[in-house]
Amino acid sequence: MKIKSNIATSENGFIFNPATGDSFSGNAIAATLLLAMKSGKTEQEIKQDILDRYDVKADQLNRDWEDWMLQLKEANLLEIDA
Amino acid sequence: MANRYANLCIAITGLNANDNPGPGMAVIRSLKESFGDSLRIIGLSYESLEPGIYMRDQVNKTYQVPYPTEGTTALLDRLAYIHQQENLDLLIPNFDSELFNFIKIAPQLQVMGITTFLPGHQQLSLRDKVHLKEFGEKNGFYVPADQKLYHADDLRKAVDEFNFPMMIKGKFYDAHIVYTMDQALKAFHQLNASWGIPVIAQQYIKGTEINIAALGDGRGNNISVVAMRKLYITEKGKAWAGVTIKDDKLIELANKFAITTAWKGGYEMEIMSNDKGHLYILEINPRFPAWIYLTTAAGQNQPAALVKMALGNDVAPFEDYQAGKLFVRYSWDHIADITDFQQISVFGEL
Repeated sequence: MKIKSNIATSENGFIFNPATGDSFSGNAIAATLLLAMKSGKTEQEIKQDILDRYDVKADQLNRDWEDWMLQLKEANLLEIDA
Repeated sequence: MANRYANLCIAITGLNANDNPGPGMAVIRSLKESFGDSLRIIGLSYESLEPGIYMRDQVNKTYQVPYPTEGTTALLDRLAYIHQQENLDLLIPNFDSELFNFIKIAPQLQVMGITTFLPGHQQLSLRDKVHLKEFGEKNGFYVPADQKLYHADDLRKAVDEFNFPMMIKGKFYDAHIVYTMDQALKAFHQLNASWGIPVIAQQYIKGTEINIAALGDGRGNNISVVAMRKLYITEKGKAWAGVTIKDDKLIELANKFAITTAWKGGYEMEIMSNDKGHLYILEINPRFPAWIYLTTAAGQNQPAALVKMALGNDVAPFEDYQAGKLFVRYSWDHIADITDFQQISVFGEL
């Protein structure tokens, strides 16, 4: 799953979709995840970074990741797979 | 290179920068931004309290002009007098209700040396609220179903077809969303009194409100298309804040309209994007919108491009603009003297 290429994100977690005008405010971890996704890192690389930096178990991270993806999808921020 | 447009004298209507603003002041702001402050702006007003009359740093002089209902002879006579005083180069009308007359006298104005850049009567009629549904069906645009109301009793039929909520719209201006028959009747009588019949009942489409400002060259091309999503909407349904957005589907929609109509001049498409992504055309206004300065801020100065084309110069279509440019409208108590009010009220000039 990739963030749409035209989505503008900032370091403080603000997200703007220039195609719809929708905007969202994310917290610090959302900002980190968005920047990582925009930089082209894979899901596995991003998850490994989080496991290295935070005290979280892999199971919990996977569940949170699924939830994160759902939120991005509902917000219409993900590329639709062909 | 010298600015060949810097000393033009341009007449502009729509100075009513109030809570339901006309586009005049935003057009002036755009022109001054492109051509500079030596531009001479002549305001044409209908009422003595249009704020632009008193904004002397923006409008050099204002003349009252007759209401559209007084006909083209009265309008032409008045413009001939103004032209004698001011030597106008160009005239940009900004009200729907005055356009019929200005289009009619455009050839005479041209002979006098006053240039315009307007659609024809046929184009004007095609997008009229009364004909919009038919226009959409014929040309493959999504347009909400509507019914023309000539009598209050006609509301029953409209309710049977659309149910509530439903839109009740005036022939030229104003739209009300109504949820009950009482509200529908009140809106009908109010709009009938203001703008006459038919009043229009329109199917309510739920979705995201988007507006498009565009400039057609009269040959089937758009020179500029800028889309804006409304972020804050007043009780009158007007955008009080908005942000530019960029979506190819919106550009394609405006381009299809330009090809279909060979539209000449500025226009605004009011769009509702529903949950399926269908772009319903709610209205097409035959002039620049009040938020036209946002197009300038985003990189496509449509009023300046119109002036250049009106004076016979080729203007290359704009290719890009900045998405995420925001406007937030505000109100401001402009101070004038009672003698100014007296001057415009009694003599029709300030």
